[in-house]
Amino acid sequence: MVLIGRKNKNRVRLRGDDVAVSAVSYTVSAAFALLCFAPFLLVIIYSFTPYDLYLKNHFDFFPSRLTLDAYRMVAKYKYIWSGYRNTLYVALFGTALSMLLMVVTAYPLTRKDLRGNKVIMTLWIITMFFSGGMIPDYFLIRSLGLLNNLWSMILPGLLGCYNLILTRNYMESLPRSLEEAALIDGANDLQVLVRVVLPLCLPILATLGLFTIVGYWNSYFNAIIYLTKRTNWPLQLVLRELVFESGVNELRQGMAAEERATTPFLLKMASIVVATLPIMLVYPFLQKYFMTGLVLGGVKE
Amino acid sequence: MAMTAAVTQRRVGWGKYLYKNRWLYLMSVPGLAFLILFKYIPIYGVVMAFQDFKFKTGVFGSPFNHFKHFVTLFSSDRFYRVLTNSITLSSMRLVASFPVPVLLALLLNEIHARWFKRCSQTLMYLPHFISWVVLSGIVVNFLSMNDGLVNDLIQALGGKKVNFLGSSAWFRAMIIGTNIWKEAGWGTVIYLASLASINPEYYEAATVDGANRFQKIRYVTIPGVSGTIVIMLVLAVGGLMNNGFEQIYLFQNDLNISVSDIFETYTYNIGVVGGQYSYSTAVGLFKNMVGAILIFTSNTLAKRLGGATLY
Repeated sequence: MVLIGRKNKNRVRLRGDDVAVSAVSYTVSAAFALLCFAPFLLVIIYSFTPYDLYLKNHFDFFPSRLTLDAYRMVAKYKYIWSGYRNTLYVALFGTALSMLLMVVTAYPLTRKDLRGNKVIMTLWIITMFFSGGMIPDYFLIRSLGLLNNLWSMILPGLLGCYNLILTRNYMESLPRSLEEAALIDGANDLQVLVRVVLPLCLPILATLGLFTIVGYWNSYFNAIIYLTKRTNWPLQLVLRELVFESGVNELRQGMAAEERATTPFLLKMASIVVATLPIMLVYPFLQKYFMTGLVLGGVKE
Repeated sequence: MAMTAAVTQRRVGWGKYLYKNRWLYLMSVPGLAFLILFKYIPIYGVVMAFQDFKFKTGVFGSPFNHFKHFVTLFSSDRFYRVLTNSITLSSMRLVASFPVPVLLALLLNEIHARWFKRCSQTLMYLPHFISWVVLSGIVVNFLSMNDGLVNDLIQALGGKKVNFLGSSAWFRAMIIGTNIWKEAGWGTVIYLASLASINPEYYEAATVDGANRFQKIRYVTIPGVSGTIVIMLVLAVGGLMNNGFEQIYLFQNDLNISVSDIFETYTYNIGVVGGQYSYSTAVGLFKNMVGAILIFTSNTLAKRLGGATLY
C-alpha cells in the first residue's frame, strides 16, 4: 500500500465523489422515507376532509375546512368499541403473561449444568422447524373449549423459541458474581431471579414486551380462525370488515338521512386512523427501545 | 462458583438434587407445560393427515387410510397450482425485496447529519409496526376502481383505469410492493448494526491511502457488511415456502385467485372453511416438511459461513 499520498492537497475544495455520494444518499433516503410515510399522511388528511370538498376535488390535500364528521360516525359503530376493548384485553394480558412465562422459562436455562436443560432446549429448537399447522392447532383450541374465547388469541403465541433464546443469552451475558453473592447470602434461586436478575433484564424486557404488544395488537389470524362471534372480534377484524367488506354500508344504514352525507371512503379513512392511533402516538417515543433491544439481544449470539 | 458447586454434586441422588434445585425446576414447569400443550400436541395432531378423521372418534380413534390424502394431493391440479404460486411468489419477492434494505443501509451509512438520518429512519420503520389490515386497507382504497386515488389520477391524466385489485397480472407486483413498503426500512436495522461495527481505522487507513468515497464504499464498507448479507440471504432462502397468511388473504379475491392461491390460504380455505380437516392437514404437513428441510439446510449453511445463528 502506498502511504505517501496527495496529503491535504485539495482539503478545502468540495470533491466530486463526496458531493455525488452525499447527494445520492440524502435524496434516496429522504425519498424512500417520505414514500413510506406519505400514505399515512393522506389517510389522516382525508379522514378530516368535509364531504363536499372531497366531492369537488379528490386531490385536495390542503382542505380549507376540517371536520370530525367521519369520526363521529365511526364512533357510533358499536363494534369499534368492543373491538378496542377486546384488543386491549388481549394485548395487555397477553404481553404481561408472555413476559412472565419468558422470564421464568429462560432463567433456569442459563444454568448450563442443570439436569434436563439440554432436553428442554432441544425440544424448543425443534419447534423452530416443525409445527402442527393450522388444523391441529384449531382442534387443540377446540378441545380446550377456547373457541370464541379471547384467550384463544393469547395462548398459542405466548412464547416463541426466538425470544426465549434472546432472553436467555441476555441473562447469560450479565455478570455472574452478583448472583453468586446473593446465593451465598442464603437467597434461593427464585429470590435471585426476582431481586438480582430481573432488574438487570429490564432493557430486553422493555424491547421484547413492546414487540409482543404490537404483535398482539396487529394480528388477526388467530381471531379469524377461532372467534366467530362479532362481539369477540379484535379491532383488526372489525377494521377489516369496515375497510374491505360490507361493514361500512351497515354503518351507514343505521344513520339518519342527513348524517349519511359522507362517503364510505372517508369513513374508511377515519376508521383506519382510529385503529392505528395508539401505535402512531407512542411509536416516536418508543423507537429507541425497539432499536436498543435488538442490539442487546445480539450481544451474545 | 455456583456452577461448579452443582457439578461436584453429580453423585448426589435424584431426590436430593431435585430438592436442591427445586426453585429452578418449579420455574421450568409452566414453560414446559406450554411447550407440550401448544407445540407438541399439535405436532402429534398431524397424524390426522394419515387418517379419515371423524369428529366422533377424534385423533386417537380415527382409522388410518394408507396415505390416501397424499395420493389425492399429488394427483390434484390445484395442489400443483398452489405449489407453483407459493414458490413463484416467494422467489420473486426474495429477488425484488432482498436488495432494498441493503442499499438503503449503505445509503443511510453515508449520511453524516445525525438528525437527518434519525428522521429518515423513524419514517422508514413506521410501516413495520402497522398491521396488514391497515396497510392493505390503505392500498386497496387508493388503488380501487371507483374512488381510488391512483385511478382517479390516471384518469385525470388522460389514461385508462387499471384494475389493480382484481387482476392476476397485478397481484404479485402489489404483494411485493406492499411488502417492501412494510419491511424494507426495518430491514436496514441489521445491516446498519453490522456497518456500525466496522473498525473506523479501516476508513482512516483508506483515507491515508488516498481512497475517495466510492473506493471506501467499494473496499471497506461492502466487504465489512458482506458477511451479514450472505447470511441474511441464506436465511431468507430458508423461508421460501412461506408467504404469510395475513398479507395474502387480504388481497385475495375471485379475480386473482389463479395466482394468489398459496399454501397458507389454501389450507385455510379447504380446512377451516371447507371442513376437509384431514386433507388440509396433509397439505399443511407437506408444506411444513419441505419448509423444515429448507430452514435446516439454510441454517446449517449460515452456521458454516460463520454466521450468528441462534442455536
